[in-house]
Amino acid sequence: MTCSEFLAQLDDLIDDKVAAPLRSELEEHLRGCEHCVITLNTTRKTIEIYRTHELYELPNELRERLQSAILAKCRKC
Amino acid sequence: MATIQSSGTEEVHPDVLLVNQAREGDVQAFEKLVRQYDRQVFRIAQHITQNREDAEDVVQDAFLKAYEKLDQFQGNSKFYTWLVRITVNEALMRLRKRRTGRMVSIDEDVETDEGSMPRDLADWSPDPEALYGQSEMAEILRKTIQGLPPGFRVVFVLRDVEGLSTEETAESLGLSVPAVKSRLLRARLQLRERLSRYFRDRKKDGAK
Repeated sequence: MTCSEFLAQLDDLIDDKVAAPLRSELEEHLRGCEHCVITLNTTRKTIEIYRTHELYELPNELRERLQSAILAKCRKC
Repeated sequence: MATIQSSGTEEVHPDVLLVNQAREGDVQAFEKLVRQYDRQVFRIAQHITQNREDAEDVVQDAFLKAYEKLDQFQGNSKFYTWLVRITVNEALMRLRKRRTGRMVSIDEDVETDEGSMPRDLADWSPDPEALYGQSEMAEILRKTIQGLPPGFRVVFVLRDVEGLSTEETAESLGLSVPAVKSRLLRARLQLRERLSRYFRDRKKDGAK
């Protein structure tokens, strides 16, 4: 398996959607390719970091204001 | 073909009950839906418009539009997926208004090879989050994701940040499943590549 072939399966591997026979081929590739190990691990970390950090928090005060505005308009509908 | 009839114990998603109540004019039921999803709608709007005021307007417009169109909600998709679709459309509309004369769509800038093959192959520090303080980290993450083409950014946000499935993401964006998959891979790889600048393991870099 080449690195490009491995990369084509990267998302499915990360999302745990690879069936057993292909999975062992991918694991075989990983045993001999440090670059793909790094790509896999750091891509996983990328997703995890974005998932665990709130980049655009909605402050409570603004939240209340938006909710009141929305509901006031709905009542007029 | 015979189907197994529900004996009335089949679980109905709580959103569907709220939608039905709201359709009959129960604004409090709709309020529950607003409280349930306003944070997500705000985040998605902010990621697309990259502008705080626009995002606030999108939150209001998206919920109002959803309320007005509740009759059109079919119930064969989740309420949240349907709401996300409305949000994405409202956000893109805002973006177009702000950038008059410039076409904005989620199909923009997808013809790039950047990130299709990893170039920065240095390993990361074992705990990249320890390298930066909370607010510095958030700034790095914001700056990095803002640099992605909009069509990649929105797929990554829906799929990986908001946790929609590939099919739900495709439905929300009006894209095919293969298109979502190809963009997701590129988005993940581009972000990884860009974050490597900040998170690479300096010890292993030696004198660099």
